[in-house]
Amino acid sequence: MTAPKPEAEIVLRLDRISKRFGALLANDAVSLDLKKGEVIALLGENGAGKTTLMNILFGHYVADAGEVQVFGQSLPPGNPRAALAAGVGMVHQHFTLAGNLTVLDNIALGTESLWSRGLGRAAARAKVAKLSVDFGLAVHPDAKVGKLSVGERQRVEILKALYRDARILILDEPTAVLTPQEADALFATLRKATALGLSVIFISHKLHEVMAIADRCIVLRHGRVVGTVDTHTTDKGQLATLMVGGELSLPRAEPRAPGAVRMRFDQVFTPDRGATPGLKAVTLALHAGQITGLAGVSGNGQAALAELVAGLALPSSGRLSLNDVPIDTWSPRLALAKGVARIPEDRHHQGTIADFDLTENAVLEAYRSRRFSRRGWMNWRAAKSFAEEIIAGYDVRCPGPGVRIRLLSGGNMQKLILGRAMSGGSSSDGPEIILANQPVRGLDVGAIAYVQSQLLAARDRGAAVLLISEDLDEIMGLSDVIHVISQGRLSPGFGRGTMTAAELGLWMAGQNFAHDQSEAPNAA
Amino acid sequence: MTEIIDILISASFWAAVIRIASPLIFATMGELICERAGVLNLGIEGIMVIGAFAGWMGVYQGLPLWGGVATAMCAGMLFGLLQSILTVPFGLSQHVVGLGVTLLATSSASFTYRLMLPEVTSPPKIEPFQPLDIPVLSDLPWLGEAIFQQTALTWAAFAVAGLTAWVLFRTPLGLAVRAVGENPAAVEAQGLSVTGLRMGAVIVGSGLMAVGGAFLTLSAFSSFFFEMVNGRGWICVALVVFGAWKPGKAVLGALLFAGFDALQIRLQQTPIGTHLPYQLFLAAPYLLSILALILMSRRAEVPAALMTPYNKGER
Repeated sequence: MTAPKPEAEIVLRLDRISKRFGALLANDAVSLDLKKGEVIALLGENGAGKTTLMNILFGHYVADAGEVQVFGQSLPPGNPRAALAAGVGMVHQHFTLAGNLTVLDNIALGTESLWSRGLGRAAARAKVAKLSVDFGLAVHPDAKVGKLSVGERQRVEILKALYRDARILILDEPTAVLTPQEADALFATLRKATALGLSVIFISHKLHEVMAIADRCIVLRHGRVVGTVDTHTTDKGQLATLMVGGELSLPRAEPRAPGAVRMRFDQVFTPDRGATPGLKAVTLALHAGQITGLAGVSGNGQAALAELVAGLALPSSGRLSLNDVPIDTWSPRLALAKGVARIPEDRHHQGTIADFDLTENAVLEAYRSRRFSRRGWMNWRAAKSFAEEIIAGYDVRCPGPGVRIRLLSGGNMQKLILGRAMSGGSSSDGPEIILANQPVRGLDVGAIAYVQSQLLAARDRGAAVLLISEDLDEIMGLSDVIHVISQGRLSPGFGRGTMTAAELGLWMAGQNFAHDQSEAPNAA
Repeated sequence: MTEIIDILISASFWAAVIRIASPLIFATMGELICERAGVLNLGIEGIMVIGAFAGWMGVYQGLPLWGGVATAMCAGMLFGLLQSILTVPFGLSQHVVGLGVTLLATSSASFTYRLMLPEVTSPPKIEPFQPLDIPVLSDLPWLGEAIFQQTALTWAAFAVAGLTAWVLFRTPLGLAVRAVGENPAAVEAQGLSVTGLRMGAVIVGSGLMAVGGAFLTLSAFSSFFFEMVNGRGWICVALVVFGAWKPGKAVLGALLFAGFDALQIRLQQTPIGTHLPYQLFLAAPYLLSILALILMSRRAEVPAALMTPYNKGER
């Protein structure tokens, strides 16, 4: 990348953009400038507000406050047509293509008057052909989009923007769905674009890509800009630290001696899933009375690990054991019966059923137990009193157990899930193993402190807790042992206080890993 | 067997097929436009009733026949407006709204009928469309009677089918309608109005459904009675699926259904008809349609966003 000259024209300016969704402040007075011929990366963990910001810029959302200026002109809010006309092109994370139309039709859609009597395709075809050559975006104009590969669809999305003479390209996590080769081709296209004077905003949470393509990097955290760095003068470790935060505002946990091993992973492998790596030779022990923190940028194998604990999957090779008994058959129901409690990553889709009420959601995992049903008949009275116990015991703010859970805020929903998990449904001693996957994502400060204190309390009771989070502060504050996961490989365990955020950041960036670890599973 | 062959070579059979298919073609094109834009319009049955009633009443009140067609179209578009407001900006269940519109339109027709003709016991007759005399073609032996002695409204039905196909596949407007039924987010990202396109499609489509209804009173029969639509709307919903959301195939489907219908009427009057219960004949077109639907629609490409409301800016 050639760095743009300092005096280069400013093509885009976001001025103190704020946007709130319910209780969540998705963007908090975010400002940024984009210069001609420049690539800036918008970096941040999931939920940091990157996509919201870009959707405001493009007019999909209306900001609560702030202004967007393109080439010195301010854009009317909530109007994609105006953004397009001003030269802003957006490549959405979830492609906005009609699968039943051809490539050419998708590109030309909306560029001609609806009332013109025919489709002037000759000129369109010539222009698309020229753009394909200029930017290295090979795709057949008459192919149905529904039949194209993901990489080809992305090229169509980019062509759509270029066809409308976009001067500013926004790419929302463009490489999330690409193979490494496709990603390289994309980067080549972006280099051609900047050489021709276009400017690019590149949204990502993959550090190496940001380092490879961007001139400047703007780091968002909890909806705020926490840093703007020149990629030529920084390194991955520094970016990772910025991305996940350096400030500490967490409950203090007293060190405890670890108990017996509850769950053990021995040289565990799982298959890769598209661009998401599976686990590679993971060896891990979850001890009673200990919080094991799993740090890492999302999409590095956390989901695969969580599925193994929750009973959703078995390893493709390697061994899993529970209280030193090897696990041969494994299912979510079995996991629950063996005392595994789960706080799923996505509380809306995996944790709850939105249109069920609190009582129904409270007994989702335990409705078959004798406490809640006999001979196929539900005991709703017991279910309701259980829900009321959770509501009282875990401070779930709600009108009552009969209300649909979708009406609750994220924090109160999470407290119900937490209460359900901690109660272990039927058993009274609480769960032996707790899988807490991103337990505080998107919650407000009060709810975060509550959930975290409950996890610490469960640890003190003797539960083995696996805490998965992208927030290094959270990991460092709560965990007795920290492992870092990167590309499916697991770092050794680091004791509390033995690593700085910057050191963990290097592990998260994939450095320090010995290469032989990721080789074939035959050795095991 | 010879009875069937006799029927199939008679010119009057083919004339009847075209006549029976005409209202189905209008309404099927209307439904097809709605569904291509992503809205299942189950108001179709009621909208056909209101169209049949409004067209007939308009002519009875002194309007010319084409004035009756226009009246029917306006009435249909009015109910289409209701349907589209409830399903597009409000995003309500398209099934529930559609059935509601059908009930409302049907009962509006009977209410208005009683209001306007309080003392009439049998509905008055009007002078319907007459077969158009086309020079040379109408006088051809066999072919003339079979095909070229139809009313202007029949020719209009086939013209509408051609126009629908042309607009959907050869104009930017049709491109946008097809896109909005497939992925509304794509349409919005290209700066077009999802709401405007979908509402427009539902309103225009409903207008066509009403003209299909008006065909029954203004061309096929010369009067109005309440049971005259008799499930034709539902048949059209099936014909859209049968035609795989393509106008040409849907017209073929309408002709096929009309063929079964014309055949069973004639078969009832043959010796076969005396041996079998007539209900079997009445059911035959529907049974055969279901069979054809199963065979034809397996590879159909359903508009991906059919029945999915679009809410701008939703997380």
